Amino acid sequence: MELEISAKGINKYFGEKRIFKDINFDVRNGESIAIVGHNGAGKTTLVRILCGLIRQTDGSIRYTVDGKKIERENIYPYIGLVGPYLELYEELTAQENLDFFAKMRNMTNPQARIAELMEKVGLSGREHDEVKTYSSGMRQRLKYVFALLHRPTVLVLDEPTSNLDKEGTATVYQIMQEQKKDKILILATNDEADLKYGDKQIAVNS
Amino acid sequence: MQLILKAFYIFQKDIRQEFKTRYAINAIVLFAVVTLTAVSFSIGTFAAGDEVLAALLWIILFFSAMSGLAHIFVREEETHTSDTLKLVAPPMSIYLGKYLFNFFLLLLLEFITVPLFFAVMNFSISGVWPFLASLVLGSFGLSAGATMIAAIISKASAKGALFAVLSFPILLPVLIMGINATRIVIREESFAAISGPLQALFAYAVVVVTASLLLFDFVWNE
Ligand SMILES: Nc1ncnc2c1ncn2[C@@H]1O[C@H](COP(=O)(O)OP(=O)(O)OP(=O)(O)O)[C@@H](O)[C@H]1O
Ligand SMILES: [Mg+2]
Repeated sequence: MELEISAKGINKYFGEKRIFKDINFDVRNGESIAIVGHNGAGKTTLVRILCGLIRQTDGSIRYTVDGKKIERENIYPYIGLVGPYLELYEELTAQENLDFFAKMRNMTNPQARIAELMEKVGLSGREHDEVKTYSSGMRQRLKYVFALLHRPTVLVLDEPTSNLDKEGTATVYQIMQEQKKDKILILATNDEADLKYGDKQIAVNS
Repeated sequence: MQLILKAFYIFQKDIRQEFKTRYAINAIVLFAVVTLTAVSFSIGTFAAGDEVLAALLWIILFFSAMSGLAHIFVREEETHTSDTLKLVAPPMSIYLGKYLFNFFLLLLLEFITVPLFFAVMNFSISGVWPFLASLVLGSFGLSAGATMIAAIISKASAKGALFAVLSFPILLPVLIMGINATRIVIREESFAAISGPLQALFAYAVVVVTASLLLFDFVWNE
């Protein structure tokens, strides 16, 4: 699936306060971008705009899938997002969470995929534990299973390696490498090591 | 079809969560039982007329519902799962799923509170089936309106207060028609006797559900 995201002149205000202005970029399959900026610069805000979770104040974002323009509210199936503000359901087990998301994503036979990803992030055997019993690093790993479940064309990672140990970080770098080979990877990070995986850098600052 | 199915999955998910925490059901039932006890102590000594009791029943149901129906959206917001849900679910299925959940919560509340109220307050009616019909139709409307208002206030900071304040005027018609219907069934047995309030309750529910489905997108996508 060929996807292109083209952002032109994006501004964002929260009330009277301007967060950033005039962000422009294009990204398509086989490319990756890193969104950089100091704490509070607006990386997360830009990520949430790109994923269609909030609206920009001005400017346009065009999503094109296989040459056809897609509306903002129809892009969710193409997106996998990991971020600190995006939590899974605490009271449910990992398996219950993933079963729910798979059903909502119209996946017909998700068990093999779920097992494969749980294995990949090193959580095999913990499927039937409630998420509230997970450590913060384990939660971060589980978020990757959520994000990758439906093989998204666009993988968006906000603070990709937060809370992860060395081994978890290595897994994430492997995931990033695989993603940017023929799909789209978008990172928002302050971590020097993560930045290597962004071919282009976009600086946000007000 | 897809939409209905997904609404059902969301309903299932919420039931599962509620089953583990029992937050909403505890809030609602405790409120109802405490209020009922307080009322029976203060009124029990001098017999209240049936008409007053009919009003009291609905007022207890109404305010108990107010104490728990917002939870369904507030929880998603407070646990930071609303973005997660937004990424996987069409807005309409979210509204329908949450509506279904609140509807069942109300039925459960009524299942516990109404028999208790009849017993404690020595209240009796002639038209049992018409009364039950008015409860079910009333619940359709109450939960439809409450679900929409819950979605609106879940993003605000003073959630609890706002929910009560916004709900009251919007849900007032249900309260009034419910009381009317109950007053009539004290003496009348037939459905025909309360066809007016029943039709009004039904119309109210249809209007609120339709409006909510049309408007939910705007509420949900800030
Ligand atoms: N909902 C909101 N309402 C008002 N202001 C907000 C809101 N969300 C974020 N902000 C403000 O927008 C600015 C950018 O926040 P954002 O979270 O995007 O920064 P960030 O670059 O991701 O920071 P960090 O590196 O700490 O993750 C901050 O000044 C923040 O206070
Ligand atoms: Mg951030």
